[in-house]
Amino acid sequence: METAFDTGPGVSLWRCYLLDTRCELLRLLREPMYIIPTLLFPALFYVMFGLLLGGRGSSEAARYLLATYGVFGAMGAGLFGFAVTLSIDRERGFFALRRALPAPPSAWLVSRLLIAMLFALAIVLELATLATVFGGVTLAAGQWALLWTITVLGALPFCAIGLLLGSIASANAAPAWVNLLFLPMAFLSGLWLPLSMLPGIFAKLAPLWPAWHLAQIALGVTGQVGGATPLWLHLLVLCVVTVACCVLALRRLARAV
Amino acid sequence: MPSPAPILTPEPHGPALASLSAVHRRRGPVQALDGVDLALPAGQVTALLGANGAGKTTAIEILLGLQPADTGEVRLFGRHPSDLAARRHIGVMLQQAQLPERLQVGELLALTRSWYPQPRSVADCVALAGLDGLLPRRYGRLSGGQQRRVQFALALCGRPRLLFLDEPTTGLDIGARQQVWHAIRSLVADGVGVLLTTHYLEEAEALADRVVVLDAGRVRAAGSVGEVRAQVAQRRIRCTSILPADVVATWPGVRAANIVDDQLVVMAEHAEPVLRRLLDADPQLGDLEVQRAGLAEAFVAMTTTADVMAGSRQEAA
Repeated sequence: METAFDTGPGVSLWRCYLLDTRCELLRLLREPMYIIPTLLFPALFYVMFGLLLGGRGSSEAARYLLATYGVFGAMGAGLFGFAVTLSIDRERGFFALRRALPAPPSAWLVSRLLIAMLFALAIVLELATLATVFGGVTLAAGQWALLWTITVLGALPFCAIGLLLGSIASANAAPAWVNLLFLPMAFLSGLWLPLSMLPGIFAKLAPLWPAWHLAQIALGVTGQVGGATPLWLHLLVLCVVTVACCVLALRRLARAV
Repeated sequence: MPSPAPILTPEPHGPALASLSAVHRRRGPVQALDGVDLALPAGQVTALLGANGAGKTTAIEILLGLQPADTGEVRLFGRHPSDLAARRHIGVMLQQAQLPERLQVGELLALTRSWYPQPRSVADCVALAGLDGLLPRRYGRLSGGQQRRVQFALALCGRPRLLFLDEPTTGLDIGARQQVWHAIRSLVADGVGVLLTTHYLEEAEALADRVVVLDAGRVRAAGSVGEVRAQVAQRRIRCTSILPADVVATWPGVRAANIVDDQLVVMAEHAEPVLRRLLDADPQLGDLEVQRAGLAEAFVAMTTTADVMAGSRQEAA
């Protein structure tokens, strides 16, 4: 990976990024088993739990779940987008072929990061539409922009976790591992219902989960933060998780064929 | 039993495009490469032959920078193989690589071409690899042979000066194989160097200028097809017979005897004495056929001799 930015004359790195992003996007869009859960489940859950069940009477639940289902969507886009496709490409030898051919190593990473963030953006826009039209949620323009930015950038730590999982797991095991991490972490981080509604032990454990930290930052925008943890600590945890997973994964990928 | 001393003809003249010098590589308990020298010149097909586990894949992966050498020197266009600038001169077809099924052939080709400074035109790639009408098709919906041709197109789309072809014609029908051979020959005529591994020994015989036989991580023989074949002056006798193979195998002058497709196949140093004894022992013997050993037999003989050697060393120890 040491020559990531060396493309030399005649090869446009931007063109490599563009074509890689296009190919990866087409691959995912042609995979209904991937695209439907990733892009539609957060909105579907939001309609059920935020608008139909919880939203009656007050827009409090609709506001809370607007922030947390955005985090849920960003998590899914990052984890599945990296772990599943990387494990498949590794196992089928396409990853090794790319490494043997002069594919710029950064193109693989950049294209997948862009796509994960693009999917996160699509999910928060779906949620925003549902929340304003059916949930009676009103936010200032600055709050919307901040919420979307946090959620889209918030996909990055989960891309890193997905990268690590995808560098270890087999193609068959990767989706199972992701679900094993994804669904319990979503619940334990209070993405489906506030931790204050659960026994106290859940709130005590919450700082262990990266998704909880991202959710706290997002809830800060909608004014519904539960705890008193300072913002910088949430950001620090997310950065440490991102860097640690990336370093471990890239070391593993550099060794493995 | 003749000595299996490896005959190594001098390396070809002219600077090599890529080379291994005294490369060792251990993978777990196995010494995958045990001091291998290999030079790939321009304008020649070098065939790398060997049984599974002989070290072919390790040698290719080290040349491509997919795994490091423990000791020894690896050069790809004068640089380390991990250098992107060196890899811009190569094209690669890996035996086990499956491409993304949901991408169309044209999309895969566009992606791969973007990695090279002066790629071949799409039309040239289509013509050379025989992809007529396949560009809008999804890779996963192609037949095995069509997929193999797409992989071949990706290998040559960057105008490489050195091509690595790992089992390029596995799964191809005769016509498609001829087309790939034709394309390889025309590339070689333009000065492209090729490293070829294949299970089809007639493919090595048809294409290779030079053959390198690997066995247990060492170069067992290297030279032209004729030189390597001449190492083993044996004959193959095929017949229908009631004689048990394990008995025939013990006869003097017999290297090996097996039943293949209900026929007795005997490898012999000299055909005549063994034939005489076969006809004496089984008057009903029929469908007799005697052949000069091809590259396949030359290669099997070399590697089995090595096995016998290894066995006797173990017994001695």
